Amino acid sequence: MSGFLQNTFNGLVGGAFYALLALGLAVIFGMLRVVNFAHGAFYMLGAFGAYVLLAEAGVPFWAALVIMPLALGLLGMVLERAVIHRLTRLDPLYNFLLTFGLTLILQDLVKSRYGVQSSPYATPTELSGSVDFGLFDFPTYRVFILGFTVLLCAVVWWVLGRTRVGMVVRAATERPELTRAFGIDVGKWVTPVFGFGIALAGLAGVLAAPMRAVNPLMGADLIIVVFAVVVIGGLGSIFGSVAAGFGIGLIQAWGEAYLSDFPIVSQTVVFVVMAAVLLWRPAGLFGREEAPA
Amino acid sequence: MRRSVGVAAASAAAVLVAGCGGGGPQSGGDSKLTGDKIVLGVLNDQSGAYSELSGRNSVKAVEMAIADFKAKYGDKAVTKNISVETADHQNKPDVANSKAQEMYDRKGVDAILDVPTSSAALKVADVAKEKKKLYFNIGAATTDLTGKSCNKYTFHYAYDTYMLAHGTGTVTTEQVGKNWYILYPNYAFGQDMEKSFSAAITAAGGQVVGKDGAPFPNTSGDYSSFLLKAPTLNPKPQVLGTMQAGAELVNVVKQYNEFKLRDKGVGLAVGLMFITDIHSLTPAALAGTTYTDAWYWNFDQQNREWADKFQKETGTRPSFAHAANYSAAMQYLEAVQAAGTDDADTVVKALEGKEVNDLFLRNGKIRAEDHRVIHDAYLAQVKPQAEVGEPWDYVKILKTIPAAEAFRAPSADCKM
Repeated sequence: MSGFLQNTFNGLVGGAFYALLALGLAVIFGMLRVVNFAHGAFYMLGAFGAYVLLAEAGVPFWAALVIMPLALGLLGMVLERAVIHRLTRLDPLYNFLLTFGLTLILQDLVKSRYGVQSSPYATPTELSGSVDFGLFDFPTYRVFILGFTVLLCAVVWWVLGRTRVGMVVRAATERPELTRAFGIDVGKWVTPVFGFGIALAGLAGVLAAPMRAVNPLMGADLIIVVFAVVVIGGLGSIFGSVAAGFGIGLIQAWGEAYLSDFPIVSQTVVFVVMAAVLLWRPAGLFGREEAPA
Repeated sequence: MRRSVGVAAASAAAVLVAGCGGGGPQSGGDSKLTGDKIVLGVLNDQSGAYSELSGRNSVKAVEMAIADFKAKYGDKAVTKNISVETADHQNKPDVANSKAQEMYDRKGVDAILDVPTSSAALKVADVAKEKKKLYFNIGAATTDLTGKSCNKYTFHYAYDTYMLAHGTGTVTTEQVGKNWYILYPNYAFGQDMEKSFSAAITAAGGQVVGKDGAPFPNTSGDYSSFLLKAPTLNPKPQVLGTMQAGAELVNVVKQYNEFKLRDKGVGLAVGLMFITDIHSLTPAALAGTTYTDAWYWNFDQQNREWADKFQKETGTRPSFAHAANYSAAMQYLEAVQAAGTDDADTVVKALEGKEVNDLFLRNGKIRAEDHRVIHDAYLAQVKPQAEVGEPWDYVKILKTIPAAEAFRAPSADCKM
């Protein structure tokens, strides 16, 4: 029983990373209709930035948790203004080429300066213990990630659901043409929303640094699964991407724990789920079919 | 006057050294080298996962060997015209194949060195056999290079899966704990390592109470379900043996520490680790971990002096792969010097059965039967952070494993 709870807990922690990344992808896709293939690179930059801040300036984890998302959010806004916004009217192939190329550039910049070897990043001492839940104990750092992510998703949820800004973003995400028709200037929200999505990716990266290998390719490995998560949740659906993120984390953890004699299963379960969902609901679990143009 | 005394002394030393090294014809100007030059080829990973532990710094190590060779023989050197060609095989067997052909055919390379990644290494062995040119493998671990894929022109230098398993598996079972849980990446290298380790553990009187093949590559980067399982097995394992490498090893170790398995009585043994891995994980994360090392830069004065020179060139301390590249280049040049020719068959004869002691090879012997180069290996343990006196001095050597014991006997699968 305690083993099952521990594995469930782990699944949710893994899912928290998927949820943070998928949430950013979903709002960006919703507003800009751009599939951001560079999302994994920004996740990597978040983790690497935390390492560089610590190693070269002595900036601790907690400060990095604020600095990196802000810095990357800003970088995201600059990139959106400089290049990304030129894509929105073009064939989606261009957006694939641009954001994928951006990934390669960012990865190689980091690689040329810091090499391919993983960089060290220790768990902050305040979070290095473990929490005793009676039936089982669990690393404090993982408890923190889970609590922090759930809180963050709740705040985003509240902002989107209860504020005027949220209303515009939701409307523009789900029905951009109709929103424009109501006289709302969707254009001025595009840049900050892109920056916000990138900031979330950077935040996930900082959170990952103490428990995962920090190297230039860490985002490239993860992003494939995150795309599957977004598709399962429904492209552009904010709630769907968060729910699917946690769900896939759980399925993966259970698969690894109870089907470890069939490693191929735990590795492919995400894509099996994606295929099944798409057969049943072509727009994803919480997505809606785009209205024909 | 002073200069000619120096030259005379150097030549006398050269004659003496060459004499001790097995003799052979001395040749000055009248050498039988093709094009009156020697070209060494370093074919390895220059931008990917193995570029730090080998990569461009292996090229530097080979250049250091050439410089030392020239200094040693001076005017008596078989040629002064020695150069290095290098190429990046990106860890892809097909790229390794075509680069090796290009090196032998068009760049005039006499011997290829390094070639990490077992699948790529085996391809180059085929090319060497076909072109009848020398090949010293350093970076790859597969025992097939001296087993069913052995050939007359291929030498396997630094290490292999048998050496790793025999050292770490045997000694850790005898000294740390009998019950093991093995976690391995589920592909050729990991499966080979798991088999070698299980065999060594059982032979040493231990048992494998559980083993799991983790997905490779593990896109989620998470090993928690395996790590949670380890202490719950019955009987409880005293050792977690991880066969992961590179970034995957980093993930396993970070999470091993997160779940505090050492406090729960499960020690850590690593199948394959390079000093660069310890550097990226920090010794604090690995303190107490045992592994088998083929060479350690701070083992004795000789190693340290060379490591100082290497650091001046590269800014970092050498891994065992760097030292082995230096040694292989040097032994090849010595063999050509002794033979007076770069004819591959003659050089192979000069190398076969030779007993060597150099920077890397301690009690070394180039075995004639299967071209396995045997030498002392070491059981190493990562020091606690408090005992790390200077950067990169991360391990203490628990035990020297004698050359004859460290490597397997020639395999019946090898037919030259």
